[in-house]
Amino acid sequence: MLTDKAGKGVQNDAPRPGQSAQNPLRTGGNLLQLVSPEGERISHPEFDLWIKDIGDEQLGSLFEDMTVIRRIDTEATALQRQGELALWPPLLGQEAAQIGSSRSLRDDDFVFPSYRESGVAYIRGAHVSEIAQVWRGNALYSWDPQRINMATPQIIIGSQSLHATGYAMGVQLDGASTAVLAYFGDGATSEGDVSEAMVFAASFQAPVVFFCQNNHWAISEPVRVQSHVQLADRPTGFGIPSLRVDGNDVLAVMAATRWAMDRARSGGGPTFIEAVTYRMGPHTTADDPTRYRDPNELEDWAARDPILRLRRLLDAKGLLTEELEGRVKAKADAVAAELRTSCVNMPDPQPLDVFNHVYSTPNSWIERQKDHYSRYLKSFNQPVEEGAL
Amino acid sequence: MTATMIKEFRLPDLGEGLTESEILSWKVAVGDTVTLNQVIAEVETAKAVVELPSPFAGVVAALHEQPGSVVEVGKPIVSFEVDDAGASTGGNGPAAGDQAAGEPESTGEPQPTGGSGSNGGSGSDGGSASNGGPQPVEASGAAASPAKREPNLVGYGAVVEHTGRPTRRVRAQVQGETPQARPTEAAREPVATSHPEAATAERPRSTPPVRKLARDLGIDLQLVPGTGPGGLITREDVQNFTGEAEGTSAVPTGPAATGERETRSPIKGVRKFTAAAMVQSAFTAPHVTEFLTIDVTATMELLTRLKASKAFEGYKLTPLTIAAKAVLIALRTNPTLNSRWDEARQEIIQFNYVNLGIAAATPRGLTVPNIKDADHLTLRELATALSELTDTARAGKTSPSDLSGGTISITNIGVFGIDAGTPILNPGEAAIVALGAVRKAPWVVDDEIAVRQVMSLSLSFDHRLVDGEQGSRFLADLGAILSDPAMVLTMV
Repeated sequence: MLTDKAGKGVQNDAPRPGQSAQNPLRTGGNLLQLVSPEGERISHPEFDLWIKDIGDEQLGSLFEDMTVIRRIDTEATALQRQGELALWPPLLGQEAAQIGSSRSLRDDDFVFPSYRESGVAYIRGAHVSEIAQVWRGNALYSWDPQRINMATPQIIIGSQSLHATGYAMGVQLDGASTAVLAYFGDGATSEGDVSEAMVFAASFQAPVVFFCQNNHWAISEPVRVQSHVQLADRPTGFGIPSLRVDGNDVLAVMAATRWAMDRARSGGGPTFIEAVTYRMGPHTTADDPTRYRDPNELEDWAARDPILRLRRLLDAKGLLTEELEGRVKAKADAVAAELRTSCVNMPDPQPLDVFNHVYSTPNSWIERQKDHYSRYLKSFNQPVEEGAL
Repeated sequence: MTATMIKEFRLPDLGEGLTESEILSWKVAVGDTVTLNQVIAEVETAKAVVELPSPFAGVVAALHEQPGSVVEVGKPIVSFEVDDAGASTGGNGPAAGDQAAGEPESTGEPQPTGGSGSNGGSGSDGGSASNGGPQPVEASGAAASPAKREPNLVGYGAVVEHTGRPTRRVRAQVQGETPQARPTEAAREPVATSHPEAATAERPRSTPPVRKLARDLGIDLQLVPGTGPGGLITREDVQNFTGEAEGTSAVPTGPAATGERETRSPIKGVRKFTAAAMVQSAFTAPHVTEFLTIDVTATMELLTRLKASKAFEGYKLTPLTIAAKAVLIALRTNPTLNSRWDEARQEIIQFNYVNLGIAAATPRGLTVPNIKDADHLTLRELATALSELTDTARAGKTSPSDLSGGTISITNIGVFGIDAGTPILNPGEAAIVALGAVRKAPWVVDDEIAVRQVMSLSLSFDHRLVDGEQGSRFLADLGAILSDPAMVLTMV
């Protein structure tokens, strides 16, 4: 159990879950925070209840997962620089937002990610090779969404919010207790798709949680020019209650996500969570943030680094042992090595593979096209193989 | 010891679809031992300055490019001497595309593999040490090579000015000129000589609609000073230039001692529409204007009698009412003034109805709503229609259908105390009548000078449709009715 070092009189005036549920209008710009950037545990009368099961061991495993996905990110970035990946969207700085939310899900919950949720995919059970495959340009998709209950990465900004809402409406029709989580960023809240998704989610009270990682930058466009109100104030206009949480505080993210998912599951309808975080790296490996970003900003946010914060909390609780750190490092290195090996050894897809997954059942028209294309390729006197996709 | 082999590192596409990169600096030298992912070089692409992490652990055998060289993607840049695949614990990474390579590893680390992805997030066991892994590779400063070509990148929009635009974008006119300043020949000339390539290569900066306007007005944009951003020639500039070219800018000295000497307002709304209509009309229909001054005392007496009569109680009767009726009557015998020239179909449309337009000054500007089928209206109906039309127009509520389909128009300039003018045709119509003010004037009656009520009629007509004879007859008939309303008996 956590022993609350509780707050030095820190006022935590974040909205209480009950209040939010009754009154969809969020109260002001309060930021739910359960761990300060200095690693102090801040108590909260309502949200503490949602993480009371998080004991020492769980804190350690959160630390491990956050460290591992940062390592995945680092290795993948290096692989891109070495020509092994075509592109990579770094998640550096968003580890608490991704781990805190994804660790709050049940296996039967369904996740609709954007393209940056590699950490979420790792937690859901995607193999690192599956995470890398699309970015290597090796396949159009990778993991089986039904196996890990997580859709493949959505490149189109915000579209997955519609998919999530539709899935949640299906869950309603099935009478299931599944809840649905849609990830998107601050820029996506400027897209029509997200607005439309919120309209339908509110109208049908669909069991969906909109999890917005406000990382402050939509590529080169800062969030401040995209919205004159806080992003958490946008959903209230749709009648969707919202929470604004410190996205670099893994416990706050967990508490908020658990509360919102529970609310969805129990018929409470949709919730919007704004996880205030920061994209410490470039938008993708093809981006250079120094062109548009003040380096002081990065410095400010480095002081609020989510892993650093958790380390401080663990340290304060006497949990940051050599054993823990060694175990976590070994795990991170192992995962990184696995990522590298599986990435560089991935067989290239073959030309005829493109026909393989158009239909799930045999289709004469596709077979005909495949035959034509096969004969076309043979005209180059090249061997035609079917790859092991 | 184990055998070693040479591995090449070929320059990858570091962005999306880049074909080359520039080696800025090497962070290692030949003979250096490097670890996997150790930064070996700093490279600038069209998109960013990035650090290259080593794909191998081993010894640098050769650096194939010098700092400053631009290298094509795919060319080898470094050779590494690495332990033969899988042979030692020294830790060599797998080669790019080297399918036979053994398991890679971080330097000095044990080699646990597999099973990581299925971690559901629960805790696991392990050893010790610090939060591992190389530091995240981040794009570093973009200070280098400002003069390089800057492509547009996804999400960036156009390259901003201060990153070094080509100098050809600098406009001569921008230099030191106040927006109002008119370049004299002397001022322009040095520019032309000192930057001959600019003078020949560039056309004046403007926008397509303004270029068209200038072309339509026959103005050479080279002569027009631009007042917009970066010397851009705006619509106003062209229009002001027109004014000056016509000499209308002879500003009277003296007035407006305080405040602005000129006030600019955008051309829009009704003013813009009116201008376009007038220009179109004036330059497509050859206008002829004729004048006739008449004694309308009889008409004014008739007006007085009608106003006093029970039959017209509650009706608003004005000289315009009588004049409108007179126009409608005069058209019966002179129908060519109620016609249209259809240039596109090469046809003349003779209207067998009259939609009588009345020019109205409204808060929004000049509009010419028309009374549909006015020729079928009685005098009382016409009076009603006229007052409704003017009320609606003054309220700014004239509907688009009221404004279209007119066949002939009247403009009542008399209400402003004006006697005569040369009105411009409402576009598409063949004639327009201007009613002058009714004023007392000396007039010859039975060879005696008498004080009579006199007004002038001005008629403009489209000479393509209406010959001088027809126009003159119409005007004479109109004058006859208004001089002696009883003459109507001879016309209907």
